[in-house]
Amino acid sequence: MNIFQDTGKYMLLMKRVLIFPDRWRMFFRQLPKELEKLGLQSLPIVVIISLFIGAIMTIQTKLNTENPMLPTYSTGLVTRDTLLLEFSSTILCLILAGKIGSNIASEIGTMRITEQIDALEIMGVNSANYLILPKIVAFVFMMPFLVIFSMGIGLVGGYLVGMFSDIITTADYLLGIQYAFIPYYVFYSLVKSLVFAFLIASVAAYYGYYAYGGALDVGKASTNAVVNSSILILFFNLLITNVMLN
Amino acid sequence: MITVTNVDKTFGDNHVLKNVSAVFEAGKTNMIIGASGSGKTVLMKSIIGLHRIDKGRIEYDGRNLPDMKMSDIRRLRREVGMLFQGSALFDSLNVLENVIYPLEMFSRSTKEEMKERAITCLRRVNLPENSYYLAPSEISGGMQKRVAIARAIALQPKYLFCDEPNSGLDPKTSLIIDQLISEITQEFNITTIINSHDMNSVMEIGEHIIFINKGEKAWEGNKNDIFHVDNEELNNFVFASNLYKMVKKANQ
Repeated sequence: MNIFQDTGKYMLLMKRVLIFPDRWRMFFRQLPKELEKLGLQSLPIVVIISLFIGAIMTIQTKLNTENPMLPTYSTGLVTRDTLLLEFSSTILCLILAGKIGSNIASEIGTMRITEQIDALEIMGVNSANYLILPKIVAFVFMMPFLVIFSMGIGLVGGYLVGMFSDIITTADYLLGIQYAFIPYYVFYSLVKSLVFAFLIASVAAYYGYYAYGGALDVGKASTNAVVNSSILILFFNLLITNVMLN
Repeated sequence: MITVTNVDKTFGDNHVLKNVSAVFEAGKTNMIIGASGSGKTVLMKSIIGLHRIDKGRIEYDGRNLPDMKMSDIRRLRREVGMLFQGSALFDSLNVLENVIYPLEMFSRSTKEEMKERAITCLRRVNLPENSYYLAPSEISGGMQKRVAIARAIALQPKYLFCDEPNSGLDPKTSLIIDQLISEITQEFNITTIINSHDMNSVMEIGEHIIFINKGEKAWEGNKNDIFHVDNEELNNFVFASNLYKMVKKANQ
């Protein structure tokens, strides 16, 4: 029963959020702050995780596919396609659901329990639109850049393995990451990331907006935001993959 | 003027407000008093429109709130200022920006005019100039209340609501905040409603007092009458503190 109630409440909240702002000037003042906070400040974690995962994936693929029948470029090819198809969109978004989701839920949740949202409502401001819309727009806008960045850095991680170890040669790796490249995979990955970005920002905002009680409850709202947005990411991943790659 | 007529409010089986009626006049400090859980906060939130009432009328100078559409309620709220128990200042903005915020949202003034108006409001509440660019967390509780009052009056509201304005303040600062609210009410002819259980506030600025007990209006009067009322619940509330017991004895 709760799932239907939550879905209904989420839809009603989105109806209030996804309209034109009362004051564009205020919206455009908020937007750069959110772009910086949700997008640029996520770059370090994206770089670190993508670099290491790209390197580890290259090592694992090479070590687990020791077969003379397989062409030498296969390690690079598998690394590239794994990064393009799943890691840089889905897994990265699951990681960002933790960072961004908890950030949004706790920020809005704290505003709720300290009556700042009530203060906005009393002033006659559409608080949902004012607080949530810039976050959704900023995160959805930044996500494709983060995904493309993650793809590039992940591939660099694999290349560094070739440079600094004997596991694979850089020539084989470079051949692999260029072999049978399908640009549609990048498009598919970007479409997924846009949907996931919307889910992360909106679900986290929903849990924050309806937080009540004290500091402990803001923590609970934050946890719920991360858990539920992660589940939704996995569900929509299945759905989009089925539609776009089947 | 705000007129409340036969207001009823229930939460599930809990009948919180029972047929409450009252008239809150402009230029007067109207106080809603009562013990914790008596229904005074629900009454105030119902008057503001944060709770939808089950029955009755809440008229803002003839405009009945329960009949209004959301867009009309938003428009009406631009005539309302509110001082929250915890001040509810925006953490991400400094003191001056907090006061400018409602002006940016709803006025068509230039940046300079807005800043000038905000500074006028901050001066009116006697906030030292060196605190204008500090974050709300960097100033004291009393100063936060002053900033909240300045923000509430920035758009020159016709109606001012104060929820426990003295909560968390020392007696001297409480007195200053009470006097400030009273002065602003008279100066701008605002309809002010204060929700409080602080007897010192009641005795300081209670020009029109409504006592709520178990969801019903149990008494109505002013600060001069409150010590001479034959109402057991009100007497229990008023004379709960030793200070007022002594006042009662001295009067006898």
